[in-house]
Order: sequence, then C-alpha cells, then structure tokens
Amino acid sequence: MLKKAGGEISAPVGVRIAQADFPRPFEGGLEYSPPARGDWNIVHMGLLIPQSHQIYFCAQGCLRGVVQTTAEMDAMDRLSWAYLCDEDYADGSMEYNIIDSVAEVIKRMKQRPPCILVFLSCMHLFAGVDFDMIIDELEGRFAGIDFVKCYMTPTMRFSGLAPVPTMYRQMFVPLRNVEKDTKSVNIIGYNWAFEQSCELVRMIKNAGFTLRELPCCSSYDEYLQMARSAYNITVIPEAVSAGEELEQRLGQKQLYLPVSWSFDKIKDNYNKLCGELGIQLPDLSPLEDKARQALADTAKLLDGRPVAVDFVASHKPLELCRLLLENGFNVTRVFIDVISGEDKQAFDFIKENYPDVELFPTADSSMRFFASDEKTENEYLAIGQKAAYFCCTDYFVDMVGAKGLYGFDGIIKLASQIAGAAQDRKDRKTVIQHKGMGCHSCL
Amino acid sequence: MIHYARIISCYTADTSGVCSALYELGGMVVVHDASGCNSTYATHDEPRWYTMDSMIYISGLTEIDAVMGNDEKFISDVCASAKKLKPKFIAICGSPMPAMTGTDFDALADIIGQRSGIKTFAMHTNGMKSYLVGASQAFEMLARNFCEKTGRKKSKPVVNILGATPLDLSRQEIVDSVREWLSENGFENGCCMAMGSTLEDFAQAGDADCNLVVSSSGLEAARVLRERFGTPLVTGLPFGKEYGIILADDIMRAVQNGEDILSCAEREHGAECDIAVVGESIYAGSTARAVSMQTGRAARVIHTLDTDSSLVAQCDKKLADEDKLEAEFANFKLILADPLFKPIIAEHTKLFALPHEAFSGRCFRKSIPDLVNKKIELEF
Repeated sequence: MLKKAGGEISAPVGVRIAQADFPRPFEGGLEYSPPARGDWNIVHMGLLIPQSHQIYFCAQGCLRGVVQTTAEMDAMDRLSWAYLCDEDYADGSMEYNIIDSVAEVIKRMKQRPPCILVFLSCMHLFAGVDFDMIIDELEGRFAGIDFVKCYMTPTMRFSGLAPVPTMYRQMFVPLRNVEKDTKSVNIIGYNWAFEQSCELVRMIKNAGFTLRELPCCSSYDEYLQMARSAYNITVIPEAVSAGEELEQRLGQKQLYLPVSWSFDKIKDNYNKLCGELGIQLPDLSPLEDKARQALADTAKLLDGRPVAVDFVASHKPLELCRLLLENGFNVTRVFIDVISGEDKQAFDFIKENYPDVELFPTADSSMRFFASDEKTENEYLAIGQKAAYFCCTDYFVDMVGAKGLYGFDGIIKLASQIAGAAQDRKDRKTVIQHKGMGCHSCL
Repeated sequence: MIHYARIISCYTADTSGVCSALYELGGMVVVHDASGCNSTYATHDEPRWYTMDSMIYISGLTEIDAVMGNDEKFISDVCASAKKLKPKFIAICGSPMPAMTGTDFDALADIIGQRSGIKTFAMHTNGMKSYLVGASQAFEMLARNFCEKTGRKKSKPVVNILGATPLDLSRQEIVDSVREWLSENGFENGCCMAMGSTLEDFAQAGDADCNLVVSSSGLEAARVLRERFGTPLVTGLPFGKEYGIILADDIMRAVQNGEDILSCAEREHGAECDIAVVGESIYAGSTARAVSMQTGRAARVIHTLDTDSSLVAQCDKKLADEDKLEAEFANFKLILADPLFKPIIAEHTKLFALPHEAFSGRCFRKSIPDLVNKKIELEF
C-alpha cells in the first residue's frame, strides 16, 4: 500500500454508466497524473523519422520532459535544445534567437542530419513568433536539410488542431511530390508496425502491393519513399489530418480504416479497403470464428474475474468493453475521462445493457488516493497500465493504443494476451513506469 | 541571450523545486499550467510518486483562459479540490504562460485562502528558473510560517537539516545516513526540511542549536531561522571519512560560538588542480572537500546552477552553457559529474559518475551513490 502524506477522499469518484453523461462523465478541475507512462509523446513520435534530429525551444520547465524522454531512450545525440529566459520573450528577438541557436547546434554537429524538427512552445505562439520566416531563413542557410515546423503547445490543445494530430501531420511534411506507384500503400499516423499476421497486412501484400510503414523505415531515404505510395491508410482519428494534408498536397488517397473491436466494423473496413484497391475480399469467416472462439476460451479461463479497462489501452475503449461484455467477460470498471464520438455507440449500448459498469476518471484530483484506498490487490485483470495501477493488480495486459493489434487477428492476439496476463504476474511498478511503450529505455 | 545545448541534459525548473520541497508535508501544490505538464515532474523528478501519495496537481490551463484572464476557474478548481481533500496548506505556482499574461499569484493566494479557509501561499515561479529557486522559495515559506520554538529541554545539541529534496539527495536512505552521522557525532536530530519529517515536526525547528544546510535551496530558510531564532547555519554534506570529521567539528563550533560556517566553500587550491566536481554548490563543494582531503589533491567546483556567492570558493567557476563547459572540462584529468555530461568530456579526461536527479532524472537513480561518511572510491 502507498504511504500517505495527507489528504483523503470524501466522496466517491466513480459513476455507474447508467448515470454517466456523454461525452464528459466527470467535472473538470485540478488534474493528477497517475504513474503509468507507456503512452507516447512528441519525442517518441518524432524519432520515428530515421536520422532526424529534434531541437526544442521553450522554458526550462517544458524542456525537462522532452530532454528526459530522450535521455531515457539513450538518444541524446538526436536532440538539442535552447531555453527561454525572462528577458527573451518581450524584446522582439525570438526569431533570430531561434535561428542563431539552430545554427550553433548545427555547427557543433559532427554530421549534418537530413532533417531537423524545430519545436516551438506555447510562449512563442502566444508572442506571435513568425515560424514561417524562421524556417525560410534556416532553409536558405542550410541547403540539404529539411526543416520541419513542430509544436509543443499544450496550452493550445483546445485551440484548433490538438498537439498529437498536429505532430502526425507535420511528421510527413518532408515528403515531396513524386511519381506515384499505384501498387503501393502506406500506413501513416500509427506508432507501431502492424503484425505480419494481421489480415490487413496479408490482404495488401498478397494482392502484390508494397506496404510502407514509418516504424519499419530504417533510413531517411526509405522514409522519403513513402511519397511514392498511392494510398495512405489511417487507423486512428488523430492521424486523419495527416492523411488529409497528404491527399491534398501529394494526391495520396486517404483510406480511414479505424481500429475497431466490432466484428461488423472490421468487416466494413476490409470491404472498403478491397473496394478501393480493387482486390478480391477473401473469406474472413474462419478468422472471425477463430476470434470468437479465442474470446470464449479466455472468458472461460477468467471465470467471472472482474476486468478493468483504461482509455489509453486502446482507441475506442468502450467498444473494446462491449466486445468483452458480449463475449462473457465481467468488465466492471472503465477508467476514462472523456468519451470520443467514435465510442458513442458503444457507450449507449453498455449504458442500456450493462448499467452497473462503473466509470472512473484518471486525472481527477481525488484519483491520487484511489490506488492507496483500494482494499484488495490482484483481484482484477486489467487491460492497460492505468487500470492496473488504479486496481492495484499485477495481472494486466500491458497495452497502449492497441499496439499493433488490428482486426480479427488483433482480437485473437488480445484474447491470448488476456489469458497470459491472467496467469502470469508482471512487475507492475517497473513495467508501467517505462515511458513510450515499445521504445528503448535505459531504466 | 541564447542558452543552447547540442547534446547535454538540462536541469529541472523552479516549479519542480517547489513540488519536491513540499511533497511530504500534507499540503496541496497546484502548478498553474497546461494539462500534461505535471507528468514531467511526476515521471522524472519525483521518485516518491509511485510509493507516497501527495497532493501535487496541475490546473490544466488553456489558451482561452490565459487570454481572457479567467482566474476564477483556477480559484474555484483549487477551492473545490481543497474542500474534497482537506490539505494542511495550499501553495500555488506560476508557469511560463501565466508569467507572460502577468497573473497576480499573490492576489490569487489571498482569494483562495479566504474562500477555502486554508493558508495559501504564492510561489513566484515561472518555469524559467532552476529548481533551486523554487525549492528555496518553498523552504523559506516553511521557515516563516510553520517553524516555531518551544523552548524544550535538550540533552545534546540539536541539529536540523535544511534543503533536502530528492532532486539533490535522491533517496531517503541518503538523508538517513546524514541523520545517523549526526547521531554518531553527538548531536540530536531535529527536523529535516523536507524529507522524512512532517509539517508538525517543524513546530520545534526553532529549538535547534544549528541548521545544517545540505543544498543551496535551504540557505534562505536557514537565514530566516537565524533571523527568527538566532540559530547559526553550517553548509555542507558529510561526504568522505575525513571531511565528515571536519564538518562535525564545524557544526560543534557553530553551536558553541553561534557563528555561521560556510564549510563546503572553505576550499583552497594551488596552481595544480586537475580534478573538478560539477553541479549544485553544496553537494559539489562538499564532494570537492572530501576528495581533496582523501587524496591530498586539489579539487575545484564548477557551479552549473545559479548559486549564492557565499558558496563559491575563490578557485571555483560558474558556467552553465555547453560550449563553455566543454572547453573548461578539457583542463582536468578527473571530473566528478552526472553521466549526461559525458558527451562533452574529452577522451583524455576520466569521468567519475555522480548522477544528479535534478539533471538526469531517473536515468541513473539506481546508481546514485551514498557518499555520507564513506571513502570515495576514485580511480585516476
């Protein structure tokens, strides 16, 4: 149990889904950060571009997180920084300070990178800094380097495009308009490579298409080859704006085939894919049957054990809960702060059919004491790191953003991971504090 | 003014200093900043986050609230959480955006204090200064508002420890080693500001006969306690066997004479100096004294953070920028520094890894040495 340093919960923080409002079941307020760190941030995402270098310009406090993220990845040779002082943001020198700092950093490099992501902060945007002028000037001074405008602007998270979709969009800005290969497809805006066993991958490759994914690129040139693909598949809503930008700028057709935990929606995705690519839809019923059987077997193994799911584990966490509930799992807790539009249908379904499922926030100030007030350890099977933390269980599926699980194959693998998690304890404290799931860590 | 780095890390900021200093005391600390910013402190700067509950929160500031000056949201959110969680006090901290918009934190603290009925303090942070500045403000606030004198009877001289945070000392065991060393040298342990003591323990802080300042963040609090209770201060950490003896003598001298002794800065070196210790002034100064006394060789401190001039010995240097540090490092045969300085240390110079949580976060936490009253195993 955790040691307490004052504070106590005076009111229940959860709500039965029957009483929950869409899309915000909980009031906002001060925010707590639970110690589950598997989610990716802009550093992890930017480092997917092979051979690229990142330079951050911001206050020391903001700098700390990105620098330490990089240090833990043993990747400090790929990140530089300059910090803002009190006197810097009001004297009109911001643009040239940035340009001069980039120049100094480049001067100190043994080898120039092909691409530099320049990150500005809330302060720069608030002060009306001219980012276009900065990039133009840098491109003029350093031919051969692609400079990309990037943003670390959490204060602006509700002002226009949010930080994560913005990052995905900017990550593909260096792609140039080249002749298209109609037999090649990209998957963009996703942090992990898809499993080779996934039917989406197999359908594309079996039809003779080349599949390109950023996490599989090993060189900058290979990354630039993504401009040749005729199609961009996006699977999460945060990637859609990147797909739109590339469709408009490079003429790459976007296919939005969202991650789904619904058998019908998975089939809809494949119908759409095959229609667009002009390929025959294979008979997927054996795979669907296998997925249903895997869920049934795992539900039997769990034998009514309570299950908790968190919103970071997967996109559409409520759709995932619905899948589990309809297939014999005893889902009782969902840790979620805001329900997305794509999850509304599942929310309504669970509300009507499983009204006792409880929703809990993750960031509410009272949640600081949720884990230490938990009366039992290891009772729950958790899906996701936050669910594991709050429910104090070492039996959990270590999953962030569905991590490459997609389609029927994804459901089969998830069932297998749940079964494995139910039987084998994990070192919860160590596992969930590892930053950026799948990334190298020195910890 | 450009402060840039090609490859080394950066120190954590003032807001983290406040949070770290006040973590264990049952108060609520609210950083007025955007959503997500608290994960930096909680992940990289706070080893207690997983194992010890504390009320450290972020306000979730948005652009529209900053632009429109919607302070009422901040006030009502703080009061709502305070009502639920019943903290012993509230501290509110500024960050870069409120600094740009000129948020009046003193006024906010007054309003929150009146509305919640809980003592509320404004910390004048802006996310652009070092953690030492924030921690120093927090400790000074504690010294002014929570430290008292009871006049209790004492059988031995009582020594408080001031300026202890995991950002400089990492683990409670290292603080416990200092306490054990004090006991072994005939002192009674007073409170520790602020690792391992409660807010209630500070009610006897004024009874101490000496305040041992273990990081520069504790210096202002020590000066306040001298002003309020006449307690002398000694700066230093008892690193190494030999310096441990000297520091204990310094404390006893301060107790007897009532004089302040800046022990860690009492260093001299001749023309030959090929050892440098890099980092926070008191930690590095104490290490340098320990190394010098143990080896008979001079050691110089390179202060990489803003520091009080009284902690800088004549032989020391104050440098923060990467290019200047790289040039300076090349002058030494041995450097004791955080491993994230390694890329700018020349091949001919040896590095003795002295991980510093405020610089490298949790990267080397497991290998942070406890140098208290122990021989430092150096290789040349």
